Amino acid sequence: MSRIGTIARRTFLIGSAAIVGGVAFGVYKYRQPAANPLTAGKGEAALNPFVFIDQQGVTLIAPRAEMGQGVRTTWAALIAEELDVELGDVRVLHGPPAKAYYNSALMGEALPNKGYDISDFQHSIAEILGGAAKFMDMQVTGGSSSMRDGFERMRMAGATARETLKQAAAGRLGIERSALKTKAGQVVAPDGTTIAYTDLAETAAQIDPPDVTLRDPADWRILGHNQPRVDMTGKVTGTAQFGIDTRLEGMKFATLRINPKLGGGMASYDASEAEKMPGVEQVIDLDNGIAVVASNTWLAIQAAEAVKIIWHEAPYPPDTDGIFARIGEAFETKPNSTMRDDGDADTIPEGATPIEAAYQVPFLAHATMEPMNATAHFTGDALQVWCGNQAPTFTQKACAEAAGLDRDAVQVHTTYLGGGFGRRGELDFSVYATKVAMAMPGTPVQTTWSREEDMRHDFYRPGALARFRGAVKDGKAVLMDGQIAAPSTAQQAMGRWLGLPAGGPDKAHVDGAFNQPYAIANFRIRGYLADLDVPIGFWRSVGASYNGFFHDTFLDEMAHAAGRDPLDFRLELMAEEHAPSAGTLEAVREMSGWTGKTPDGVGRGVGFTYCFGTPVAQVIEVVEEAGGIRINKAWIACDMGLALDPGTIEAQMIGGMIYGLSAACFGEITFATGEVEQYNFPDYDALRMHNTPITQVRVLETNRHMGGAGEPGTPPAMPALGNALFDLTGKRARELPLSKAFDLLV
Amino acid sequence: MTTTLTVNGKPHQVDLPDDVPLLWVLRDSIGLTGTKYGCGVAACGACTVHIDGQAVRSCQVTLSDVEGEITTIEGLGTPDAMAAIQTAWADHQVAQCGYCQSGQIMQASALLAENPAPSDTEIDEAMRGNLCRCGTYPRIRAAIHSAADLIRKA
Repeated sequence: MSRIGTIARRTFLIGSAAIVGGVAFGVYKYRQPAANPLTAGKGEAALNPFVFIDQQGVTLIAPRAEMGQGVRTTWAALIAEELDVELGDVRVLHGPPAKAYYNSALMGEALPNKGYDISDFQHSIAEILGGAAKFMDMQVTGGSSSMRDGFERMRMAGATARETLKQAAAGRLGIERSALKTKAGQVVAPDGTTIAYTDLAETAAQIDPPDVTLRDPADWRILGHNQPRVDMTGKVTGTAQFGIDTRLEGMKFATLRINPKLGGGMASYDASEAEKMPGVEQVIDLDNGIAVVASNTWLAIQAAEAVKIIWHEAPYPPDTDGIFARIGEAFETKPNSTMRDDGDADTIPEGATPIEAAYQVPFLAHATMEPMNATAHFTGDALQVWCGNQAPTFTQKACAEAAGLDRDAVQVHTTYLGGGFGRRGELDFSVYATKVAMAMPGTPVQTTWSREEDMRHDFYRPGALARFRGAVKDGKAVLMDGQIAAPSTAQQAMGRWLGLPAGGPDKAHVDGAFNQPYAIANFRIRGYLADLDVPIGFWRSVGASYNGFFHDTFLDEMAHAAGRDPLDFRLELMAEEHAPSAGTLEAVREMSGWTGKTPDGVGRGVGFTYCFGTPVAQVIEVVEEAGGIRINKAWIACDMGLALDPGTIEAQMIGGMIYGLSAACFGEITFATGEVEQYNFPDYDALRMHNTPITQVRVLETNRHMGGAGEPGTPPAMPALGNALFDLTGKRARELPLSKAFDLLV
Repeated sequence: MTTTLTVNGKPHQVDLPDDVPLLWVLRDSIGLTGTKYGCGVAACGACTVHIDGQAVRSCQVTLSDVEGEITTIEGLGTPDAMAAIQTAWADHQVAQCGYCQSGQIMQASALLAENPAPSDTEIDEAMRGNLCRCGTYPRIRAAIHSAADLIRKA
């Protein structure tokens, strides 16, 4: 086993030594294809695991979770571009969990560089390092990584398939392959003769795929243009199947109640009343809670509420204040990371004006529209699981362990996800459904969580604290020194996925702060990890979801302390450091007609965050009205490097911003007696049609490397809104949600 | 007890206690899964259906309270024969995760039946009960205006 593999097995942290040691051998070794997980049936030619062609047609495998981000369409488009098929003419499936579908880009993100300053050499290292993901079964949809991951491999898959089909046609027609062309699922000979791919499939299976070269992007027909989404018809006609829509012959409906003191066990329960209720078939002991199986989900929920349960206590401080006190204690410990340490951040430069601020943001729920659920069918020696999930290989492994089966005996069917945002990368809902099904052998059972159960048993975005100090001189930032404290999301989540000890500096914890493209001579960011057992997980944009607010709000405060226009102040520091980032600020300035001045009753703020490879700038405008402060307009500019589907990117940027604004305005999970105090949407609301701003998006393509789209729109929304409220009211928002201190339109 | 419901023009016999909400009758007994469960407390609109053309939250209507003909998203149009409003939704590429869209479309369809040319403010007022965590609101609004045009021209 190579060095990368060894290190990757030992701990999730991958250091630079492993990169250097592993490259030469690693490239060869890691690029060996994994075993093809899709066994071709008779009459099919499995050209590679991403393309299927049989008598019925062409099927593309997009093994990434479709949770709204359009991945199924754009992933398929990468293949279709080279294969010369129309997206409307092919089937696009998710495919089974398999090592061959590992996410290479996600591992590359773990490298300890800032991202925006990455060299071409480091970029290729990141790609090679991604091979390590294969050994850890990282078939994960997350980290805004799908397009970066699939970009080369999927086009290569399409091109290889195309050339192999042409070779098959060449043999049949007695013509050189180079004389043939392809179009709309057919090989076309010089005399106009056409042969459908479907008719060449069997022959192609006998041919060793030739070497291929990828097409010049200038010749692209599909990529770079808006594509109709392959999931749209299903989603507007109610026929798209989400996990909760799984319906199997003889299926029963279950729900569960887990200890609301999260992580605590169950002392005892009394189900005697519940068992007598209509439709109830069985009450199941889950150790840390119960499940009720019934003929109808609602009947199961009624019965579950009627079970009397005595819970054990939670392993963390029982209330919000105690939890934040614990987070604050982390500042007294040794920093987990100092990912940026430029110049001398200890000393205020002579003649400079010092400035300090402290910030706090709450725990947040994901609140996907589709509550957690999974359907399982256990037959003693085999298990099938149906669910929307972001990590099918981990799901398979966890369910196999729960059922005491080999992984090969477990089939995971990934449906559409009614929202993911990171929540559906967790394994709990699948494992609970497995346990319920094991109590009902031979009967498929769907286990659906009530909204209340979902809201109160999330893996939350952690609450976080920040202390920033800085200095300005002659209208410029000369020092920024940020300290950030929170429990480590990556350590917790990776532990659940891999069962591996995660160690070393946690980059995600300081993402959105240490790697911001500003030329500040004395610039230090230190991360502190709190020892806290509240369940936390990846939440759209992860660490940048809090660091974006901390870092950018502090910049805004520095701009005002320096007596400068906040947009100019940022732009000046950014221009030399990273031109694409500066370009996004210039774009929103132009789009919004930014002058730095606003009339009475109107406030404007700018926000900027670089994360997941994409710089995003936003200007938010708020207006004072009789009903409260309304978010009136927004302008977003992002630099994707390469925009594979501009319409989908626009949707992700707006959606990401709204997700961030919803959290900034109203999102807060609090604790009392060890339990989450929010139950449902009335306690945890989000923006709706009437308080969503009218938004314009500009998608730029000057960055050297392709960035992600799903997450980078979220972080800058929060400081941009806070900065706009400052402009409107003169009151500085240092704590979220903003509804606590501002009269916002609800 | 046995109750007969008319859903999308077809009669369905169901044998359930009469306090079961229509949502769960549709989904778990009749097998019409296009209508979604989101909150169970009328706070998100994902379960919106029509009863005699009126948009209602099916999580709040018990089986014994149902009076009239029920239309669900499946009854509005099909993949091969979409209603104008569904065409408008597809034209604007509205859906992201798509989970809330059945409810959004049913709510918007009832609005257009009542008000064939709603203003932005009227759309806001009619749609504010329908939550979308993906943030598709701007495209929903545009699709409602387009649907109004399509219906007028039909």
